Amino acid sequence: MSKTESKAAKPEVVENLVTFFINDKEHQAIPGSMLIEVADASDIHIPRFCYHKKLTVAANCRMCLVEVEKAPKPLPACATPVMEGMKVWTKSEKALTAQKDTMEFLLINHPLDCPICDQGGECELQDLSMAFGASTSSYQEIKRVVVDKDIGELVSTEMTRCIQCTRCVRFGDEISGMRELGATGRGDRMEIGTFVEKSLDSELSGNIIDICPVGALTAKPSRYHSRSWEMLQSEGIGSHDGVGSNVRLHTFKNKLVRVIAGENDAINECWISDRDRFSYEGVYAQDRVKSPMIKKNGIWKEVDWIVALEAVANELKDVNPNAVGVLASARATIEEQYLLQKVMRSLGVNNIDHRLRQTDFYDQENTDLFPNLGMKIADVESTDAVMLIGSNVRKEQPMINHRIRKAVLKGAKVFTVNPRELAFNYDVAEQCVVTPNEMVAQLALIAKASFTLSKKKVPAGLSDLLKSVRATKSAKTIAECLSDAKKPAVFVGNIAQQHPAYSTIRVLALVIAENTGATFGVVGGSGNTSGAWLAGLIPHRKEAGEAVDEIGKNAAEMLNHPKKVYVLLDVELESDSDNPQQALAALNQAECVIAISPYANKKMLANADVILPSAAYSETSGTYVNLEGTWQSFKAASKSYENARPAWKILRVLGNQLDVKGFDYVSSKDVRDELKDLCDKAEDGLHKFEATGIYVPHDSASSKSLQRIGEVAEYSCDSLVRRAQSLQASKPEQQLVQLNTKEIENLGLQTVFESNLNKVQVKQGGVMVEMSITANDMIPDGCALLMAGTKSSGLLGSAFGEIEVTL
Amino acid sequence: MANTNTILTKYERDDIDSWVAKFPEGRSQSALLAALRAVMHEDHYLSTEKMDAVAEYMGLSKIAVYEVASFYSMYELDEKAAAKNSISVCTNVSCMLNGSDEIVEHIEERLGIKMGESTPDKQFFFKVEEECLAACCGAPMMQLNHVYHENLTKEKVDALLESVKTNGSLHKKETS
Ligand code: SF4
Ligand code: FES
Ligand code: FES
Repeated sequence: MSKTESKAAKPEVVENLVTFFINDKEHQAIPGSMLIEVADASDIHIPRFCYHKKLTVAANCRMCLVEVEKAPKPLPACATPVMEGMKVWTKSEKALTAQKDTMEFLLINHPLDCPICDQGGECELQDLSMAFGASTSSYQEIKRVVVDKDIGELVSTEMTRCIQCTRCVRFGDEISGMRELGATGRGDRMEIGTFVEKSLDSELSGNIIDICPVGALTAKPSRYHSRSWEMLQSEGIGSHDGVGSNVRLHTFKNKLVRVIAGENDAINECWISDRDRFSYEGVYAQDRVKSPMIKKNGIWKEVDWIVALEAVANELKDVNPNAVGVLASARATIEEQYLLQKVMRSLGVNNIDHRLRQTDFYDQENTDLFPNLGMKIADVESTDAVMLIGSNVRKEQPMINHRIRKAVLKGAKVFTVNPRELAFNYDVAEQCVVTPNEMVAQLALIAKASFTLSKKKVPAGLSDLLKSVRATKSAKTIAECLSDAKKPAVFVGNIAQQHPAYSTIRVLALVIAENTGATFGVVGGSGNTSGAWLAGLIPHRKEAGEAVDEIGKNAAEMLNHPKKVYVLLDVELESDSDNPQQALAALNQAECVIAISPYANKKMLANADVILPSAAYSETSGTYVNLEGTWQSFKAASKSYENARPAWKILRVLGNQLDVKGFDYVSSKDVRDELKDLCDKAEDGLHKFEATGIYVPHDSASSKSLQRIGEVAEYSCDSLVRRAQSLQASKPEQQLVQLNTKEIENLGLQTVFESNLNKVQVKQGGVMVEMSITANDMIPDGCALLMAGTKSSGLLGSAFGEIEVTL
Repeated sequence: MANTNTILTKYERDDIDSWVAKFPEGRSQSALLAALRAVMHEDHYLSTEKMDAVAEYMGLSKIAVYEVASFYSMYELDEKAAAKNSISVCTNVSCMLNGSDEIVEHIEERLGIKMGESTPDKQFFFKVEEECLAACCGAPMMQLNHVYHENLTKEKVDALLESVKTNGSLHKKETS
């Protein structure tokens, strides 16, 4: 780490630089830098296979050999530190001969199957062999063959092509924090693999496809779809978490066929989550809507856009604004979100929300302009104590988890308060695992300890809650550790936000942060949750945080007290809301449901009255705002499917139909600029909190029922990823109901394991569903993990409600 | 951990503990060779189950154990190789020129197995040895349970095999 520090200190300590020569030109660098880094920084190309700027140096491929003055043999540039007065030649005869020889050795066992290799055309070995190799080989013998491994649904292997650079092995060790691949055997029998049959489990596993220099590891879902030179590349933004990872979208004949990692050191470095990489498969799902449709007497009819939009305008024109509910996706672009609320507010509608899984909105007015991390994403790695509250950060926000992991490797301590024990890819100092109902009490302990420590007075609103609390030793340790740290952070995640006592949890998190000097932040949400707040897709504020005249109903209220008309933007309530039973009942009784959506599943066909097909991921231009408040715009990468149109255009026409003023935007950029101006002017009241009249959750679970832990499954968070087949197939366990062994015995369920079906009955809100069960001892007593957004959960009730599990 | 405790024998656990104690804190991986040797002592081969248990016991990733186990030829990974005594006859150049083929043939005949197999009574495993064992001056030679025996004749082999069968153990030293 001293290296990064000295890099940062570069401007001041110029005299510490060493001076040396590459190809007879003078260069300077920090002592200890490797030749290859310096060469890269100065655009001098040195061939390499095993070197990767984000991984440790292995120096095993020998492709980077260069000539160094006074060295008897060529030296590997990736493992040779620069030294004062050193003279290096990267293209001298000696260097080139060494590189050519290395190439010949590497090709001894490499098959000549480029024409049928998915990597062909974008293969580092192919490129370097063209540039540095010979056209013939002195090797005449038989080449070795390595049996391919089945390592799951996402990465396909062709292990004969492996050149054993060990990038993938080091990636597991150093980046994903899970050693899954290794080099077994030795000498010419060495193989890369998992040794035992095993699917890759890391949420970052797809990155090995990008870093494998050859065609040994390629993307399974896109394999053999097209050749690399036939594809077009556009820049895009990952849409499933609040990071906004930069991605590259590859299209073939106007269809999105592949996604790879883009580079942005401030955001995702050069890695992306599997979710951002493989969710594109959902774009062309079976249930994409081709044309606008209207339902008359229960029969769907395709109509022209004009007809459909007129029908929608007529429906909305005369309706009582209080009888309309608008529910929109936090994955929609900020342009779509902004225009939607602008149209609806022009009609007097304030029942607008995107927080479909939230149930406690008690202190919504005291929150920031938009939920945010409280720091830059890159700064997370320099925190030295992190408290995670209600957050499965590894699955929810993989790239932020990656930064926390980096912090832990530098010595940071992590504490968690969660309703279940989680498997982290780094050491966690302490996981406080309590039932969902006990989370408030657990936080109260830590909050109390933080008050004692800081000698601050407990504010009136919290005094009832904290009065009789006696901080435990572990609570004290956590509070002390946070306040002793130089850069502590307290983060609340998705589970906290969906918790029935979110406002209490948030306030407690805020006081803990304040009392210990920690930064408070939100590590949750979807691709544009921050944008949704800025765009005014909330009932209590307009765009850029401007006050509303009358606060509208929040998502839960809109579904709890059904409305006559619903307008949905890329929302599937059976999977996207807290309480699917209630949500579907609300849609069912409505007089008119207008859905702007790329997809129409059975439930939507049953409940909607008008469907306006919108462009899916990659088919529209737009902007996402991430958790650090960075606005990232992108262009459409592929053509809209059939007659679907980008939602911002649909809304623009609708605005015009309804004669809303100021709807003459030419491009999505006009929309963005208008909103950006407003946001730039907006004042941000940071972390105001008023701890009065705290809501305390009830905990009266009847003896038979369990508390449901209904966190959203990793691959079920939105309409796109739910349709991504390979991701779904890679995590079948997310569809199961999970209890600990003791609870299974308590409920007399152990007999289900005697047959292989493992089926139990799960009952919530009067509905009984048959599901498969599995034992998971990381779940506390009295609870059942049944993730939201999954198939069976669509028939059930509230994500954190009570459920029964019986034989 | 309860799990690991039942899979690894007391001997294995004690041996691993004593080796781990010899290395600085957090460097338990250095004791892996010894840990696997302890398992070899007990089972005469390394099952995946035992390797996983070693990984868990020592706090290493499983693949790190597989890598080491598959790298060194002293570890056997196949259950078929599990036998009390292991015989390696060198068949590299010097030994071959001095008649190692006959020795191999003789052993195969005597034990009724082929190279690479073990006897049904699990007394002997006849290992395929590919490398020169670095005792060319005494060719032909063989290694019996880590002890070198040189200048072999059929009679000498018979006597050796007989003696380990009656009183031999993996650790007993014998001289030729
Ligand atoms: S599979 Fe690819 S990344 Fe891994 S060692 Fe082989 S060539 Fe390198
Ligand atoms: S890149 Fe330097 S040895 Fe591989
Ligand atoms: S050839 Fe047999 S010991 Fe060297």
